Amino acid sequence: MEAYFIHLIILIGIYLILAMSLQLSIGYTGLMNFGHIAFYSIGAYVSALFTLNDIPFVVAFISAGIIAGLFGLLLSIPTNKLKGDYLALATIAFTFVVYVVSLNWVSLTRGPLGLPGIPKPSILGLSFSSNIMFLILVAIVAIVVYFFIRRIIDSPFGKVLEATRDNELATRVLGKNTFKIKSVSLVISAFLAGIAGSLYAHYITYIDPSSFSMMQIAPILCMVIIGGLASLKGTIIATIILVLLPEPLRFIGFSSSIVGPMRQIIYALILLVILLYKPKGFFGKVELE
Amino acid sequence: MLKIKNLTKNFGGVKAVKSCDFDIKENTITALIGPNGSGKSTIFNLISGVLVPDSGKIIFDGVDISCFSPENISNVGISRLFQKSQLFDNLTVRENLLLSLDNEDTKFWKNIFGRNKINKKKEDLVSEMLTSIEMNYFASRLGRELSFGQKRLVEIARTILNPHKFLILDEPVAGVNPKLRRKISDILIDLKKKGETILIVEHDMNFIFKLADDVIVLDEGAVIARGSPEKIKESKKVLEAYLGN
Repeated sequence: MEAYFIHLIILIGIYLILAMSLQLSIGYTGLMNFGHIAFYSIGAYVSALFTLNDIPFVVAFISAGIIAGLFGLLLSIPTNKLKGDYLALATIAFTFVVYVVSLNWVSLTRGPLGLPGIPKPSILGLSFSSNIMFLILVAIVAIVVYFFIRRIIDSPFGKVLEATRDNELATRVLGKNTFKIKSVSLVISAFLAGIAGSLYAHYITYIDPSSFSMMQIAPILCMVIIGGLASLKGTIIATIILVLLPEPLRFIGFSSSIVGPMRQIIYALILLVILLYKPKGFFGKVELE
Repeated sequence: MLKIKNLTKNFGGVKAVKSCDFDIKENTITALIGPNGSGKSTIFNLISGVLVPDSGKIIFDGVDISCFSPENISNVGISRLFQKSQLFDNLTVRENLLLSLDNEDTKFWKNIFGRNKINKKKEDLVSEMLTSIEMNYFASRLGRELSFGQKRLVEIARTILNPHKFLILDEPVAGVNPKLRRKISDILIDLKKKGETILIVEHDMNFIFKLADDVIVLDEGAVIARGSPEKIKESKKVLEAYLGN
């Protein structure tokens, strides 16, 4: 039972990093970024491939973030002038491209067979192979990510992000380069998704393309929207609730094959109710347009 | 200060601005007037970089800014007020004004390492502006919580605070009540006394004739008359443009 709770808290930690970083690009910058899972996937594969080739975990972990961030920069260039639904579609397409590449670049990713035997992290001789040690690692990273994002949004730069979200033209007319501002936001968001991917890969120790399909964005989006746009507090509460909510189904006696789809149905129903009756989410500052 | 040379802008088959030529002298208030659809807002959009001209040039302080982006145009010293509200609705009045002071807030690392603090000088500038527009009480209100007139005042304040050499104001008193209109008029008269260079579009002729040193009249995208307010009042061409033949 204890191991089960530790597992849940580790999942909450990884989801928190993913959801808070998505909140930065969607809630604070207004970028309809549905490509977050692609950055998560890139981070997971980079970290897995590096450590499987005997590169130390710390290097792999940081590289996962940097390479995901570089892909964020790459994506920000052609999508710079896109907004709303169009940006959402372009980022969905990006997720699909990354998914297809990971599925078909067999010589690198082993395609659908996935990458087994990803080593548990070890930093300067300190092993994080036990779940309790991994929980400590995830908690430290999640707390650092929280304070990093808090630092961004509370700074004058955070106000520029919000101004860009509220009215990009007015921000530009005040002399701000919104292309640079949006790119920075997407790069940071992608970097953080990349390190979340690294943690996931080293926790589960096996990854395959199905772990990063388009559908995986749904729970993360639910966490951001239900918690409320431009609210870190809301994101944290929604993440904890949404990860824990489907768990009682296991104790009622449903098998894992039912719990998985039921989870998606529960998320979809909650999202529908929230969008209809509380469009700002529980703690949101702005409405989803 | 500003020279418009042979400026043309078409939207499909519609010629919004046709070979337009005029210049604006330093320390003057120039009004751009004309009937609806005469191309006033298009010219403003071209000057502020929201639109790119099909042909012609816009020269500001000796620099061709015809193809500059809105942010580069702002950074060479042109500050614009829009006709429709462009306030940041989810930021407070104070934050709206602070954003206009400089571009240090766009420097990521500087902000992350706390090297771009809101110092006393910036606070004083915002505070003085809020006092002058009598909006101190609303400093912590969100943009979306303000009335139409209050939004207009904050936007005018933001446009003035944005570092500039030249102000372009698109219908600053459109839709506001008479009391507020007087307040905005006082703000603009004050700017005139300070020697600001302003180009203003407005439909309220009494307001314009009281304020402007020079009036340019547009019709169907071209300049049809130019002169002092007194001269424009008497112009037969202008009457025809407004009332038809």
